Amino acid sequence: MEDEALLERILGGDHDAFRDLVERYQMSLVRLARYYVKSEASAEDVAQDTWIAVMQGLERFEGRSSFKTWLFRIAANRARKTGTREYRVVTVDPVDPVSSARFNEGGMWNEAPVPFTELINDKLANAGVLEACRNAIRDLPEPQQSVVTLRDVEGLSTREVSDLLELSEANTRVLLHRGRAKIRETLEETLTGGRSWQ
Amino acid sequence: MTRDITCHQAVALVSDYLEGALARRDRRRLERHLADCGACSAYLDQMRATIALSGSVGPEDLSNEAVARLVDVFEKYQREKSGESPN
Repeated sequence: MEDEALLERILGGDHDAFRDLVERYQMSLVRLARYYVKSEASAEDVAQDTWIAVMQGLERFEGRSSFKTWLFRIAANRARKTGTREYRVVTVDPVDPVSSARFNEGGMWNEAPVPFTELINDKLANAGVLEACRNAIRDLPEPQQSVVTLRDVEGLSTREVSDLLELSEANTRVLLHRGRAKIRETLEETLTGGRSWQ
Repeated sequence: MTRDITCHQAVALVSDYLEGALARRDRRRLERHLADCGACSAYLDQMRATIALSGSVGPEDLSNEAVARLVDVFEKYQREKSGESPN
């Protein structure tokens, strides 16, 4: 069910619709909050405050932005007020997304990568690949984890992500790149056993 | 000269390429390389699939207590609201 349909039902007092919405976004809200605050417990408090603000503000929500954008803005504002983030300036080093050992001296692949699409289609049935992907995202260090969660899991634009996390768009893209590269690497190990190039 | 960038250089451009964020010159160089390089095309497929898979990762198992607590707050809020305006 789309967010907007859930919101209609929530406005009518439907508890189950509210539960569905919480389950849909809680994980990403906590991750976003965690970017700004020091502990998991504080991040969960920020998420709870965000939901209360949503309940109180829902009747006034006019849909000029998507619900998702509105929700994450509320969470980011609350997290900023709560948080004392120690790394205001995020330093971003140049990226080497694939280990140099995979390339020869001329910069060509020693062993060509195998396309994922067919492997994933074969393996999706057992859900192991999705689980590996979820774990890989969870294992990313901050701020990569927040960037990947907001951009690739939630599908916000790079511009929105950089606003929420107070990063430049260029840095957001570098962090996104690095996070995606790590997830790709994990998936490659999961899908091919990582044997062909070792 | 068909390959003016190496595979090693090409993979560094792929994420920005998918974001539509490459300068035109870099995009052309990458596309020229991809047209000629099956291995890097496979890498591009891997990145596309990685992004698509991240987009289909559902919510993790949330603790029931955390959700139940929020639903309680919601119910309480609804009761207070209907108490304020009995219509």
